[in-house]
Amino acid sequence: MTPPAIAVASVTKRFPGPAGDTVALEGASLVVGTGEFVCLIGASGCGKSTLLRIIAGFEVPSGGDVTVRGTPVTGPGPDRGMVFQDYGLFPWLTVRRNIGFGPESRGKSRAEVTEITDRFLAMIGLTAFAGAYPHQLSGGMKQRVAIARVLANDARVVLMDEPFGALDAMTRERLQDELLALWAQTALTIVFVTHAIEEAIALADRVVVMSPGPGRIVRDVRVDLPRPRDVTSPEFNALRRELSALLHSKALPDQAEPPRRE
Amino acid sequence: MTRRRLAGPLALILPLLAIAGWWAGTRGEGYRLIPSPNEVGVALYDLAVGGVNDDAFSATLVTHLVASASRVYGAFVLAALLALPLGMMIGRLWIARALLDPALQVLRPVPVTAWLPLSMIVFGLGPRSAFFLVALGAFYPILINTIFGVRSVEPRLFEAAAMLGTSRTAMFSRVVLPAAMPGIFTGLRLGLGLSWVVIVVGEMTGVQTGLGAMIMDARQTSRTEIVIAGMIVIGAVGFLSDQAVLLAGSRLLRWSPQHA
Repeated sequence: MTPPAIAVASVTKRFPGPAGDTVALEGASLVVGTGEFVCLIGASGCGKSTLLRIIAGFEVPSGGDVTVRGTPVTGPGPDRGMVFQDYGLFPWLTVRRNIGFGPESRGKSRAEVTEITDRFLAMIGLTAFAGAYPHQLSGGMKQRVAIARVLANDARVVLMDEPFGALDAMTRERLQDELLALWAQTALTIVFVTHAIEEAIALADRVVVMSPGPGRIVRDVRVDLPRPRDVTSPEFNALRRELSALLHSKALPDQAEPPRRE
Repeated sequence: MTRRRLAGPLALILPLLAIAGWWAGTRGEGYRLIPSPNEVGVALYDLAVGGVNDDAFSATLVTHLVASASRVYGAFVLAALLALPLGMMIGRLWIARALLDPALQVLRPVPVTAWLPLSMIVFGLGPRSAFFLVALGAFYPILINTIFGVRSVEPRLFEAAAMLGTSRTAMFSRVVLPAAMPGIFTGLRLGLGLSWVVIVVGEMTGVQTGLGAMIMDARQTSRTEIVIAGMIVIGAVGFLSDQAVLLAGSRLLRWSPQHA
């Protein structure tokens, strides 16, 4: 049996602080199959970003372990591409060289890098902007480059931390559609953090609901709606009401407590 | 775009007013301590090509200019060769920071001119002392800005590079260095500007050639028109030198919205 794309087993994360440790994540377990699209949602402080950063290898868990395709995660690596809300593009590189950064880092020849960047520039529709610098792009274009950058690096798992959170509603919807089209063409495994319930239902095979104080996974909901999904359908809205009720009921007891680090 | 077209003429207003005031103030007969713009213009011409006064100053400008410029650029390059690696190490390695930073910071407030007597004892009376002072003057702006540049790299960019497969050893050349370029560039620009200031001070004692020496000689023989001509040359050369650096910077830092 092939190991799952991602396996998170009872992961705990404590951040030390002046008033004692903050428990950002407690006993989180999650299995994501190859090719699955999973959304993590929850109020701020529920540990969804912490969990994503642990899978990425940016944070070391205080307890439990994480494996990606059977291999334990010990740090960041090119098998797990990350897309940040603030893009994280290299401002001194052109769009083309940002996309080529990973292949170049891993020692591909110049011809190979050119071939790869040509392909991904065409895929995100930014061939005309190959020579532009990030500061010359709109937010939506920057996030397209950030996505192309991890795909050009052959990442099989893509971790997205509220990637469309800083974009306007129209751009966000267009990028959601583009992401789904991309995902449908490839065998990508995607873990997508968001606080927008509608976004989660529109995108995911499974919506994993987390709650704060301490951060933990409270529900794992399979979304069986056919794609493309109709946000106005009764099924879509029934699910939205259900998740919304879940999020709000879980968020209530936490309100008396001081804010937690995510 | 009207702004761009107006910038040139606007920049000329103040210099022209200053020359007009100068001309009005030095007009007429009688003994004056300050020469008129005409006299300075003639002195400048004589310094450059000769044929007017035919004295010790005639046609010596190129010699002095080349002497000063070679000291400025030589000492500046030396300062950069020392300050850039030191700044990178202090900025990125705590051991280098703990070892070097306190000592260098204590020496920093000492003005370059205060080093003059000591540098004459160590390097002797002459151009070597001037060279040392210029290098010292250029060293600190380059060092401070390089430290600042390599320290102020956005943490997100390290994460982005790491998840794309950049090794720890490649992080410096792939991320730190390019991200620090604007800071390093600012340091180089300030350092070169200061070099032109310090060179004149450095050349004023015990040096035969150079713009500072020329001004000092002119002062001792009460040739004030040559003093002013020398000041004008230093201003112009320093300005052109800075413009060249700016031009190089705007090409190199095209990616930065602050520099492009």
